[in-house]
Amino acid sequence: MRILIIGGGMGGTILANNLARRLTSELKSGKARITMLSASDKHMYQPGLLYLAVGRITPDELYRDQASLLEPGIEFHVDPVTEFLLDKNEVLTRGGKTHAYDVLVIATGSRMVPESIPGLAENCETFYTEETALKMFKRLRDFEGGRVVITVGVPHKCPMAPLEITFMLHDYFKDRGILDKVKLHYTYPIGRTHSLENVAKWATPEFDRLGITYETLFNMKEVDGENKILKSEEGSEVPYDLLIAIPAHRGMEVIEKNGLGQNGWIPTHRHQLNMEGRTNVFVLGDTTNLPISKAGSTAHFEADTLGENIAAMVKMGTPVRDYDGKVFCFIEAGKDRATYAMFNYQNPPDPKAPTKAVHWFKMAYNKLYWVSARGLL
Amino acid sequence: MAERRIIDARGSFCPGPLMELIAGMKMANVGEELEVLSSDKGSATDVPEWIKKVGHELLGTREENGVWHIVVKKAK
Repeated sequence: MRILIIGGGMGGTILANNLARRLTSELKSGKARITMLSASDKHMYQPGLLYLAVGRITPDELYRDQASLLEPGIEFHVDPVTEFLLDKNEVLTRGGKTHAYDVLVIATGSRMVPESIPGLAENCETFYTEETALKMFKRLRDFEGGRVVITVGVPHKCPMAPLEITFMLHDYFKDRGILDKVKLHYTYPIGRTHSLENVAKWATPEFDRLGITYETLFNMKEVDGENKILKSEEGSEVPYDLLIAIPAHRGMEVIEKNGLGQNGWIPTHRHQLNMEGRTNVFVLGDTTNLPISKAGSTAHFEADTLGENIAAMVKMGTPVRDYDGKVFCFIEAGKDRATYAMFNYQNPPDPKAPTKAVHWFKMAYNKLYWVSARGLL
Repeated sequence: MAERRIIDARGSFCPGPLMELIAGMKMANVGEELEVLSSDKGSATDVPEWIKKVGHELLGTREENGVWHIVVKKAK
């Protein structure tokens, strides 16, 4: 069985390694073959960008060579897909190659689109790429005080990022001794401070305690950069001196161009993770249209399910388990305290009060991630 | 009549049904109808609240077997 994985991010990498271990003998005998196509020879630890934006890590800590993360037996090419020919079970690549498959897994991820809001890209700081996170940190270093507004687009990658960056900015300015000259103002799209009700119940009194103001039911409409005003769909206007944005995201352009899903999100079965209408095409991570968090842990747990299922398809012709919607997110509550939220389709999270222990576990996970990507954790 | 866009947000705690609707609204055309499916009874109040504040149109809300169906129309 020829298994073709498109995308070398967290989901694709964990899946490839998971499968390589489950199918060791099949790979040796030629009964199975695993090929990965990626746009880059580097693998980025994306959650690290949050720390880069506040000067807590350096860019080199974000990367490993993708080939070094993959189990022997996985064929890896840096050659992104340009065309998906699903009726022929083939993809075409930028390098002019054709790859045929029996099972296809699409894990191409997502990208921020600040340009979707007039004036936002030119007037905000953000941290979803190395370049923008570095630029944001340099801007923070030069910032001497004023009104800092945090604003949030929908949908976005990492549901905890809005809260985390707000708390981390609070502690960053406090450490610099200029907190008394900074006014933090948080905006959020729905009628509470976070989509998870129990997280909002914890975050809102934290905001009150720290003197962080907030406005809910606030969806960005446009930014008036000349007058430094952020305007919402709901009709309010917020002045700012420094605008920090969690921009809306879309799936990758190649998904849209191939007509696989509007805005780059592929319609996906919530339990089997196959592309709707296709039995041999599966979707992982941010690329799905599932109503769950676009987060690394989502891709991780989906990859665990798919690894077991695709290996079972090779060995016994049928998948064996359902994805239950599991997500686990750390929540940084400042520079030295954190909590977490774990939930699935059936069970809401119940986050506890932040502790230093969870923060240090998160700091350890920032290093352990590379073990996780290898499919060992 | 154009096909109604279904936003199946059952079991969605994060980002949740209203966030899914806000994302769906961005992809919809003016005049298009969207039906949100939610297993969270809170959607029956927070979706209409947002629809009213932004100025879209609420066409109906009903509950069937623990799933709320909220139908809205993109007005602008």
